[in-house]
Amino acid sequence: MSEQIAKPIYLDYSATTPMDERVVSEMIKYMGPESSFGNPASRSHSFGWVAEAAVEEARKNVAQLVGANPKEIVFTSGATESDNLAIKGVAHFNHKRGKHIVTCKTEHKAVLDSCRQLEREGYEVTYLDPMENGLIDLDVLKAALRDDTTLVSIMHVNNEIGVIQDIEAIGNICRERKIIFHVDAAQSAGKVDINLEELPVDLMSFSAHKIYGPKGIGALYVQRKPRVRLEAQMHGGGHERGMRSGTLATHQIVGMGEAFKIAKAEMAEENVRLLALRNKLYDGVKDMEEVYVNGDIDHRIAGNINISFNYVEGESLLMALSELAISSGSACTSASLEPSYVLRALGRNDELAHSSIRFTMGRFTTDEEIDRTIKAVRKAVEKLRALSPLWDMYKDGIDIDSIEWAAH
Amino acid sequence: MAVYLDNNATTALDEEVLQAMLPYMGQVTGNPSSVHRFGRLQKEAIEQARESVARLAGARAEQVIFTSGGTESNNLLLNGFSRHDENRGSIALSAIEHMSLLEPAQYLPVKVDFLPVDEVGLVKPSAVKEAVTVQTSLLSVMTANNETGAIQNLAPLIALAKESDCFFHTDASQAAGKIALNFVESGVHAMTLSAHKLYGPVGVGALVVDKRLPISKLQFGGSQEKNLRAGTENVPAIVGFGKAAELALTNLQETSTYLRSLRDALEVRLNKFDAVTIFAEKADRLPNTVQFGVDGFDGETLLMQLDRKAIAVSSGSACTSGKTEPSHVLKAMNVPATLASSAIRVSIGKNNTLSDIDVLLTALNDIIEINRHSAVMMAANV
Repeated sequence: MSEQIAKPIYLDYSATTPMDERVVSEMIKYMGPESSFGNPASRSHSFGWVAEAAVEEARKNVAQLVGANPKEIVFTSGATESDNLAIKGVAHFNHKRGKHIVTCKTEHKAVLDSCRQLEREGYEVTYLDPMENGLIDLDVLKAALRDDTTLVSIMHVNNEIGVIQDIEAIGNICRERKIIFHVDAAQSAGKVDINLEELPVDLMSFSAHKIYGPKGIGALYVQRKPRVRLEAQMHGGGHERGMRSGTLATHQIVGMGEAFKIAKAEMAEENVRLLALRNKLYDGVKDMEEVYVNGDIDHRIAGNINISFNYVEGESLLMALSELAISSGSACTSASLEPSYVLRALGRNDELAHSSIRFTMGRFTTDEEIDRTIKAVRKAVEKLRALSPLWDMYKDGIDIDSIEWAAH
Repeated sequence: MAVYLDNNATTALDEEVLQAMLPYMGQVTGNPSSVHRFGRLQKEAIEQARESVARLAGARAEQVIFTSGGTESNNLLLNGFSRHDENRGSIALSAIEHMSLLEPAQYLPVKVDFLPVDEVGLVKPSAVKEAVTVQTSLLSVMTANNETGAIQNLAPLIALAKESDCFFHTDASQAAGKIALNFVESGVHAMTLSAHKLYGPVGVGALVVDKRLPISKLQFGGSQEKNLRAGTENVPAIVGFGKAAELALTNLQETSTYLRSLRDALEVRLNKFDAVTIFAEKADRLPNTVQFGVDGFDGETLLMQLDRKAIAVSSGSACTSGKTEPSHVLKAMNVPATLASSAIRVSIGKNNTLSDIDVLLTALNDIIEINRHSAVMMAANV
């Protein structure tokens, strides 16, 4: 009998999170024949009204986490749809004012691909280079803005490196120039304090499944005063004040509301615990040679650490660490073997970008799991380096960058 | 206990479907795009559901694209197709389509023609012959109407479209689970499905697409769903859709026979009211749907009176609920406006019983009788 296979450790909370049991039990109240299952758009009977009331309660909970008015929350099928609606919706609505958009190279694909689509439609997009620490240089941003710029889209927290942008400063720059500012907050809501009542932000995207809520539901904050206008991407019924048509998924919305409510209550305490776990993980591996943290370590969410183990190939490391559910970057691009475009944008060379691992911790991560992770990572890195000719050369003092590789 | 007879608006999630979804709603999670085992398990669940949905539609699994629902499917079809339609520049929809086709059609960069229907709500082949020209690249006619339940005779329409080299789409959101579908054999190029109309969860649907149909995505930011629909897949909902589709297909005959028996019992007695007119009565209809007008009544008032008696029905589509305009479907059928504004749609579900029908009929009888009495009294007072 071989030794028992240990339960794999989930450290991929930025890809998706398990649902909190409290969220599930709220959702179930709106699922099944004995539940309140009506269509919230049905105005002629109590089944519809009960569902509508549940949707409005959830809208309030979502709004409260981020300091918004419930009327500013538009439910969507997820952050990808929210980003599409915000970026294409604003660009299309304002096309007579200008056709220039500014974003950053490290944004999520939902933002970048929406911008690429606008380019195909004749818009111009400036993709800012972040600084080496992953943050936006405000002077670089200012220099990119033009008279025909209608929209700036910058994410709050990066999904790969966890760095937190100064959205207040960026928003103020946009306000001065009357440019609409969209923030993808899929990775920050519930992890970083957000107060939209004070922040100079016009549009903000949210996701439920990144903070222990269900998949398939998200929201877009659309500021009311002054009102931000955008063109709907889906039509047919005029739900969500005409900004997003389609039957509202009551149970999913209720789940999102509950997840946001829990986050509001527990975020501060959770961040303290996560920061301790993250520091422990980093402290446990940083004494190995040639270990680099990607992205600013101070302006960063508590649950994220992204590390490059030089001279180790990332995919091999992932395979050697099969007891850990981790990734080398975004789940959305994880099937490709290309190095992370986020790390490339920070100026990391191919080798370092290729040797990166993203560890993201969350509500259910335990101290014991971090102990096991440290042990497994050290063992795997040491083993892989022992097999690596590049590591030998490095140890022999050969400058690898100076080598001219033969073509093959 | 309230009586729910609005199953064309949404259905109650089946208990078995809920049980199938729960394992994907707990502690075990994963992003289907992740390569680790957590992700792979989610991916496998999606592919299994795809098989079940394909079987219900009579399609192949690789033809099924999951979306957030019927509305998104219809928007994806129109938007994604019209971007490839620079040469012909014209599409045609039946006048009785759901709002999720009629509304986005107004924003397309192509010309949109509307096909008229006859007095029972059917699109006649002659209408297609008249409307479809060499410019027409897409024809969309729903399989069955959500308000009247009228089932279109699609075969001759599809044949005519084929003669003109025109693609054909059908919105089968209301038909799926109530009548048999056969995507591949019918020769349609695209079909819209919705899970919550067949005891599956809200928030998931599909667009079934034949690869001959040129289409590109509506929502950007990832290559999920064969690069036709970006965004993290809604795994529990997709799993629920798969289970609901499987159950619907297994029980299709039995369910439809049962629904028809309740509907027929209702109609026999409805027809005894002088004031009642059943719409599209002569058409082949979904076994669960009856829409009727009550002469001399206002539909909204009727609905409220029925709600006070704890009976949930609607006038037509939930998506246009709360609006006072009469139904565009009845208008297209040339139903007089006053009669159309008295419309009530009863849509029966598999959880209903004969006693629900009795409760409805008793309530209707009371309302109509009381009203008649007060009308007589008022007339006497004048």
